[in-house]
Amino acid sequence: MNDITQQIRTTARRLLEEKTVDCVIGYRKGTVPMQEEPYFAYSPEEADTLVWTGFCVNNLANFLIKRPGRNAILAQGCVSRNIVGLIKENQVQRENVYILGVHSPGMLDAEKIKAQFPDRVITKVTEDEQEILVQGWGFEERLERKKFKRNNCFTCTHRNAVLYDEFIGEQGPGTGGGNIDKVAAPWEAMDSDSRWAAFEDAFKDCIRCYACRNVCPLCYCDVCFVDENNPQWVGKSQLDADIYTFHILRAFHCAGRCTDCGACESACPVGIKMRTLTGKLEKDIREFYDYQPGLDLETPPPLTLYRPNDPDVAG
Amino acid sequence: MPEKILQKEDAKDLLRVCSREHELFAPVRDGSRIIWSPVAPDDRLEFEFSNTDLSPKGFMFPQTERLMHFKNRPEDPQGMIMEQEAGLSRPRALVNIRPCDAKAFAVLDLVFERDASSTDVYWKDKRENTLLIGLACKHPCPTCFCTSVNCGPHHEEGLDVLLVDLDNRLLVKPLTASGEKLTADLPDAGQADIDQAAEQKQEAEAAITSGVSLDSIASRTVLEEYEHPCFERIFESCINCGTCTYFCPTCHCFDIQDETQEDYGRRIRTWDSCMSWLFTHHTSGHNPRGTKKDRVRQRFMHKFKYMPIKLDGAIGCVGCGRCTSKCPVNIDVRSVVNRMNESISE
Ligand code: SF4
Ligand code: SF4
Ligand code: SF4
Ligand code: SF4
Repeated sequence: MNDITQQIRTTARRLLEEKTVDCVIGYRKGTVPMQEEPYFAYSPEEADTLVWTGFCVNNLANFLIKRPGRNAILAQGCVSRNIVGLIKENQVQRENVYILGVHSPGMLDAEKIKAQFPDRVITKVTEDEQEILVQGWGFEERLERKKFKRNNCFTCTHRNAVLYDEFIGEQGPGTGGGNIDKVAAPWEAMDSDSRWAAFEDAFKDCIRCYACRNVCPLCYCDVCFVDENNPQWVGKSQLDADIYTFHILRAFHCAGRCTDCGACESACPVGIKMRTLTGKLEKDIREFYDYQPGLDLETPPPLTLYRPNDPDVAG
Repeated sequence: MPEKILQKEDAKDLLRVCSREHELFAPVRDGSRIIWSPVAPDDRLEFEFSNTDLSPKGFMFPQTERLMHFKNRPEDPQGMIMEQEAGLSRPRALVNIRPCDAKAFAVLDLVFERDASSTDVYWKDKRENTLLIGLACKHPCPTCFCTSVNCGPHHEEGLDVLLVDLDNRLLVKPLTASGEKLTADLPDAGQADIDQAAEQKQEAEAAITSGVSLDSIASRTVLEEYEHPCFERIFESCINCGTCTYFCPTCHCFDIQDETQEDYGRRIRTWDSCMSWLFTHHTSGHNPRGTKKDRVRQRFMHKFKYMPIKLDGAIGCVGCGRCTSKCPVNIDVRSVVNRMNESISE
């Protein structure tokens, strides 16, 4: 068990014993390799099952929405920024959430690891700071950890929680080291025809299970535009137009709000890289408005207010 | 029907015979995924795979299916009249389908072809015109638990032919008249081959170490099970997406809608999901499954309690493990069912 896991358990136990909170939202060990399960610990005993590994790839902020009671929540950089966003958007009350800040080790991409062993069955994966140990039927292999981080974790700009009531462990390196603007670069280099072709290709396998939407802490509308049926904006079939409409609109609804947490890509069961869309929007918001979502509770999100000197982005 | 033997390199001859009448489909590798794809007899078939990512459910029950079409012109005497769709134009063969996925078709037959008065003609047409050539499982995944839900790595239900991979040979087991016809020209298998296949079956069954227990669920009343305290917690991490239901070979909720564009109209059926709040939302605004807890409970109660009661013991799950391996929050059907089966303390 790693040190952070141990400290999370001790802290969670204390918060529950002292009744500071009703529940601690974290992760417990998953039942399959390379997947931990979001977990809600209500008692000190349950707190002892919490874990912190490179496979904690959901965004726990999602679970705070409409949740009753006072909850503690484990939050690395992106998750803390989404909590800030939810507070600013009046979805979460600051006094009802107790943020356990943590440094992100850089979460791992299970698909990248699986791709190393295409026709073999993986039964167990463990990691330390440098290496991942993959075990399966008739094989065992070590991989260099940093090569298997999720794409968004390579380009992360805030690995430490930005807002917290208590910090677990030490603050670590602030960034992932990669250049975040490169996510947007492919689109920017293309003319409109090849851009459309690349877009179609990127989303051709989508089965519209909506895991990317439901896993995201930005998507909390009571009725999502794709579920509206009077009028019905988006059809229910696998027609390209309906799939594209969903993705384009979903991405735009994330503008100025997305923290590039990568939960959407990790959730997608068919491996679609929808961050290519939100990544371009993230860059535009940063360049046009000098704004990164969720860094503080005060700065108003740029798309919620009008200023006479706003850039003329349509032009 | 006697077992036959086929050299693996001659599989293409069998496929060639099959392709005279049938369009062929088989699991192929696409990057790190295994997908169903059209194949030609000479293509190299994939034998080393656990199972396809998406189940073959869509061959019988497509994600989007046109049921009827019409001319969208109310003033036209020929307008707004529903026209029938043509059936499958050419029979199909699904080669190397896994036993669990074939069993899933057999389970869904009980739903879609329950009795003559309510047969789903769209399902029936494709089912009757699809030959199923199965491939027994050598290396079940850690998420497979078919042996505890009336299925298994060499299960034969629903199949026309079962193939067992004996390295450079295939043991060929015809199971229906169509299967027998297809394999009629192959030589009979020797006892050694039959024994090797039987040994493999035992090994594969032994390799499946996880499972579900259903005895208490079966013995309780519906209401007792429905009120099982485990449901207070199971839903907590679920995000109510459609992943488990879309990947599941036996989930079969659907929606029907009319779509129009200018003069053209069509009535379509699309996959839907009990995990979606919209699925049960009434026009009145009332929703009988209004909370996430209700929806998660429904998925598991339907498969493991309601279906067995309605369908003479048939379970709405074949143990393929797809929902577990694809769920973004690790809701594991085995843990859920085993918790549902736990005793209820007062
Ligand atoms: S999670 Fe993937 S398959 Fe599902 S709707 Fe999103 S992009 Fe499509
Ligand atoms: S859109 Fe994706 S990356 Fe952005 S906040 Fe939502 S889940 Fe995270
Ligand atoms: S069980 Fe998992 S896959 Fe199914 S709806 Fe819930 S989160 Fe989605
Ligand atoms: S419920 Fe899960 S394990 Fe059972 S048949 Fe469906 S996808 Fe497979």
